[in-house]
Amino acid sequence: MAGQHVDIRLTAEDGYQAQRSYSIASAPEDDHLVLTVERLQDGEVSPYLFDVLAPGDQLEMRGPIGRYFVWQDHMGGPLLMIAGGSGIVPFRSMLRHRDAARSEAPARLIYSARSLTEIVYRKELAGVADGVEVRLALTREHPVDWDGYARRIDRDILAEAAWAPQDRPLIYVCGPTGFVEAVANCLVDLGHDPESVKTERFGPTG
Amino acid sequence: MAIISRGFMGRRPEVDTDRLPPGQYVTYDFPVLSAGPTPRIPLDRWNFTITGLIDQPRSWTWDQFDALPKEAVTHDIHCVTKWSKLDTTWTGVSLDVLLEGIETAATHVLASSHGGYTTNLPLADLRQGRAWIATGYDDAPLAPEHGGPARLLVPHLYFWKSAKWVRGIELLGGDNPGFWERNGYHNYGDPWREQRYWGD
Repeated sequence: MAGQHVDIRLTAEDGYQAQRSYSIASAPEDDHLVLTVERLQDGEVSPYLFDVLAPGDQLEMRGPIGRYFVWQDHMGGPLLMIAGGSGIVPFRSMLRHRDAARSEAPARLIYSARSLTEIVYRKELAGVADGVEVRLALTREHPVDWDGYARRIDRDILAEAAWAPQDRPLIYVCGPTGFVEAVANCLVDLGHDPESVKTERFGPTG
Repeated sequence: MAIISRGFMGRRPEVDTDRLPPGQYVTYDFPVLSAGPTPRIPLDRWNFTITGLIDQPRSWTWDQFDALPKEAVTHDIHCVTKWSKLDTTWTGVSLDVLLEGIETAATHVLASSHGGYTTNLPLADLRQGRAWIATGYDDAPLAPEHGGPARLLVPHLYFWKSAKWVRGIELLGGDNPGFWERNGYHNYGDPWREQRYWGD
């Protein structure tokens, strides 16, 4: 299901193990399972995946896991996805699933990143299907001709870019803890039913 | 049988590994994991109830609850998302105090929270000094994002069992899976047996 995660487990020669969860970036309909991983400077698992893992290596993986932070075409819409940083990953899966399932549910992505170069899947997001709208917010630096938002996602942005509560959007918020906490609080303030807001928070984990 | 990850050295924990359940690593932050927005619960509308298989349901307002004898306890906590935090210090009311004198045929409980979250536990796991309703963390009132004003604290199980924003427990004659337990997570959740997901 779009929005699920897998667990990756690494084992050292002496048997020491480390595991982490990563969101799936591909749709269930895709041929290959794709994980999009952010390299954390002081991480334990993500630097290994970037610097050491090579094609042909085996990786121990479990999943897909999770039945809550998921969207399937039969759930309909409007589908509102709000991403901070690498919180985009499960939404890439949902958008691909929406396409593959030929869903006509209106979908909107509000995506905040520090700079244009940190927008993941930028090209793909520029060519989204009919019925999908993408709104970008850049928080640290932006091009001079930037026509998107140039600040953190706040109450005003959500009031403008999100559907109104009476449209009963299915809302998914994914990103770092502080981002999710702030966005979810604003949504509730704006009158959205807390039960319509599903959150997934990334801890400062590696 | 684990696959050896070529070239993986790992970062060994700087703690007594006997304290770390399988697959966990130590964190020094306090990550927040919740399925939805953080509910805001005014203390004058807060109460805690024990209902279900009990002759006379029990209920406490915040002031009544606050007047109950509290304990300060120190425990390691283990989240199913793999982090563990050692020596966390809490203040709370023991479930032994809240359940005192209750005779019940119940075998399980379903804990419910503001915001609609639920989690199930065997009743026995709440007794004998193993569970608290915590209202303080690190000598301060429990912060909302960590479950304040009050959360269940059951440190011997994965931390999703320690329901944030708890508002009551229902005594049940059988088991009734809660929120994560219906959504792919293990029904009991013993970190030492690595009971993370369905099928573990």
